[in-house]
Amino acid sequence: MTNLRMPKIDRKVISKKDIIVKNLKKIINPEHVLDHQDELKPFETDGLSAYKQKPLIVVFPENTKEVSKILAYCNEERIKVVPRGAGTGLSGGALPLADCVLMSLGKFNKILEIDYKNRCVVAQPGVTNLSITKVVQNKNFYYAPDPSSQIACSIGGNVAENSGGVHSLKYGTTTNNLLGVEVVFMDGTISKLGGKTFDSEGYDLIGLITGSEGLLCVITEVTVKILKKPQVIKAALIGFPTIEDGGNCVSQIISSGIIPAGMEMMDKELIHATDNFVKAGYPRDAESMLIVELDGAEIDVLELMERVNKIAKANKATSIKISKSDKERLKFWAGRKAAFPACGDMAPDYYCMDGTIPRRKLAEVLKEIKRLSKKYNLPVANAFHAGDGNLHPLIMYDSNDKEALAKTEKFGEEILKYCVKVGGVLTGEHGVGIEKRELMCEMFNNNDIQQQIKIKKALDVSSLLNPGKVYPILHKCAEEGRVHIHGGKTKFPNIPRF
Amino acid sequence: MEEKQNFLTSRDSNLLYPENEKEVSEIIKKFYKSNIPLEIIGSGSKRKIGKPLQCGKILSLSKLDGIVEYQPEELYIKVKAGTKIDKIENELKKNKQQLVFEPIDFGYLFTGKSNCGTAAGQVACNISGPRRFKVGSTRDHILGFRAVNGRGDIIKSGGTVVKNVTGYDLSKLICNSFGTLAALTEITFKVLPAPEDSKTLVIHNLGIESAPEYLEKAISSSNEVSGASFLPVDPVCKKCKMNIKNTFKLNDLKYTGSLTALRLEGSKKSIEKRVENLKRELKIQKLDTSELETLQSEIFWKKIQNLEFFSSTKNNIFRIVIPPSECINLIYELPLNFKYFLDWGGAVIWMEGCEISEQKFESIRKKVVKHKGYVSMIKYSDHLPYVEDVFTIDSVRFNISQNIKKSFDPKRILNPGKMYTGI
Repeated sequence: MTNLRMPKIDRKVISKKDIIVKNLKKIINPEHVLDHQDELKPFETDGLSAYKQKPLIVVFPENTKEVSKILAYCNEERIKVVPRGAGTGLSGGALPLADCVLMSLGKFNKILEIDYKNRCVVAQPGVTNLSITKVVQNKNFYYAPDPSSQIACSIGGNVAENSGGVHSLKYGTTTNNLLGVEVVFMDGTISKLGGKTFDSEGYDLIGLITGSEGLLCVITEVTVKILKKPQVIKAALIGFPTIEDGGNCVSQIISSGIIPAGMEMMDKELIHATDNFVKAGYPRDAESMLIVELDGAEIDVLELMERVNKIAKANKATSIKISKSDKERLKFWAGRKAAFPACGDMAPDYYCMDGTIPRRKLAEVLKEIKRLSKKYNLPVANAFHAGDGNLHPLIMYDSNDKEALAKTEKFGEEILKYCVKVGGVLTGEHGVGIEKRELMCEMFNNNDIQQQIKIKKALDVSSLLNPGKVYPILHKCAEEGRVHIHGGKTKFPNIPRF
Repeated sequence: MEEKQNFLTSRDSNLLYPENEKEVSEIIKKFYKSNIPLEIIGSGSKRKIGKPLQCGKILSLSKLDGIVEYQPEELYIKVKAGTKIDKIENELKKNKQQLVFEPIDFGYLFTGKSNCGTAAGQVACNISGPRRFKVGSTRDHILGFRAVNGRGDIIKSGGTVVKNVTGYDLSKLICNSFGTLAALTEITFKVLPAPEDSKTLVIHNLGIESAPEYLEKAISSSNEVSGASFLPVDPVCKKCKMNIKNTFKLNDLKYTGSLTALRLEGSKKSIEKRVENLKRELKIQKLDTSELETLQSEIFWKKIQNLEFFSSTKNNIFRIVIPPSECINLIYELPLNFKYFLDWGGAVIWMEGCEISEQKFESIRKKVVKHKGYVSMIKYSDHLPYVEDVFTIDSVRFNISQNIKKSFDPKRILNPGKMYTGI
């Protein structure tokens, strides 16, 4: 963990700090340029708080022109720039560099337009995900992607990371809900991509930029689709005697033609941890538990819920509860959403992984995780977005024990490699960042990575925008990939996660 | 290389038919070395979209044919790039699944009869059918791909799972790139359950001044409308071929004028309930309507999807995509004699340009851009067999696109100029 290699520090830039500050203060309001060590401290890390590095300078541009001027200046002077939204990311994508200008989009915090006729909202990137739904909910509309940190994470950050949430199978991730962006490239070029139309012409630059983790451009405006709220939402809470039974139930629900709005699975360890924590009324005797959420027209939801009920019974469900009210439905979710703090309550530290696997491999992967848990003698609890295959194992350990930390790191690495081995991927929603950078060659060969790096260079010739992220710096593909939280004290301990 | 020349020989000496990815890579490497441009095609069904190419050789992906892996419960199908779309759809049907974005069969438009094209062609053009406004387009349903870039390197991106943020999402970029970035060799599509039943509610005799409002209201309701089109009878133009009446010969469809069509899909019980809701919410109980049950409803939307009413036209056909709110105002500004229909709830206008000139097309483009949309020439005619700008682009995006092209295809040997001169 501590041996993270980042791009070589440009001493010349550091020695010119005073001049750079002076020049930046000419470009934007001088009060929006921070350079004192105490002022820089809050920006030294993001949601991946194990890594810390103060930036050289922090800037808070207020409009697109200022972003453009700052980037053009930095490009000219060969100064690295790290963009930052709300700083809630879990893969270290906004980790500063010692010689960088950290660009916070915090002042871009306005909703610019609510357009019901075209069913979209235009917002500045610093607006939180949840506030988009909040401004349209009085007309029964909402914004579909709902990463669990939605009360704090910014919509610009969502675009940069292609954030998901628990409803991705039915409603897609950020990329499927985005109509337009305004972006600024490293040379200061401002471009409007898309708008309020479907499928903008030419190369799908919006698609390329979404999930590019701040490496290709800075996002200054976002236009997202809003959807009419479904008539009815209901959830079922189902307990199973084994992991396999739960896994089979998931597969059969999908293959019977049902696409649930959300489908979440937890293993026994997490059922107990979360139930202890929030008293959600979970089936404590079950080895695995499913929350199946269905939405749509009332008649459909009722009919499909009946089918889910039958499939669950056929798969030896030991308990089935169906929500009778929204209050009860939210209670079902309460435990699941408290998975992070609940684990924090059980052990001094935990790591969270973020692989995605084919659904049918769930039992196999969980069995392997249990085997590894024994091998490393470390407890693990598993949360699984069963609908879309995104697995979040939480490894519990005590970082005061140096050996345990090393073991945990090795454990995490083995899990991610196993995800890839069964046909899955390294990261479903947290991003690669610095965290899984060196594991990229588990999934990609040199040709694949070189093509991606060439795209980066096509848009950022000198590789100044958020360098050191996503692509391996070390050639050995080995290091760790997980979220490190010490003593339950995350950077944002009160935000629900994944 | 001598013993490997077999894939270079073909029925037509200008056509290359590689049989696997390795051969695609070898061919492109060879052309890269000798700086010779190559036209990349699937089966050629959409070859006429875009700018005409003058390449010495054509690389056809049609022999990269076959389903590699189909996992119905994982909701994906992995196919070789040259696999025909109907073959994929037939395979999916066996498990009551579908490509939900409704790939358009351009055969009707270009040759007057079905010719559905390949997976690669569908991805390269990214033009999706009537359900697009609800479910997304082709680009929203590609989970991963393999391809050969302009250097001859085999590259891949994505995977088989829906939630994946590992590296740049090149599946999106490759979509709609018209073969100018890489020759696709394998594609993984996300698939979804096909609806059990379908019903179409048709409102008759609405004019352009009111129809888009009904479409918008229907889409903005929570009745899960999955098709929303307006087929006007105006304008009357003797030289335009678009003919609604002859295209839709359906027992339960009245022909008393324009058609404003709304589709609902799902289980029969659910559809009935939602149709009733919709009628009430739109307050159309007193209007003249028709209702098409599953069989006729499916035929109706297939014909819209495949643009069958244009099938015998000799005119230019172009496609305008705009914010739905701009639709009426734009229609009023467009030439009065051009036949058209609206799909995607008014977000797309398909138009038949009768005896159009390039100058007129450009003036239409200006109006479309003013309304924050874009226009593409889809079919040429003898009258206007070429336009300089098939697609709409601004100078900033052009420069970015040029740089991206270079990163995939530095010598511009793959479909050079197909989308834009210089790309």
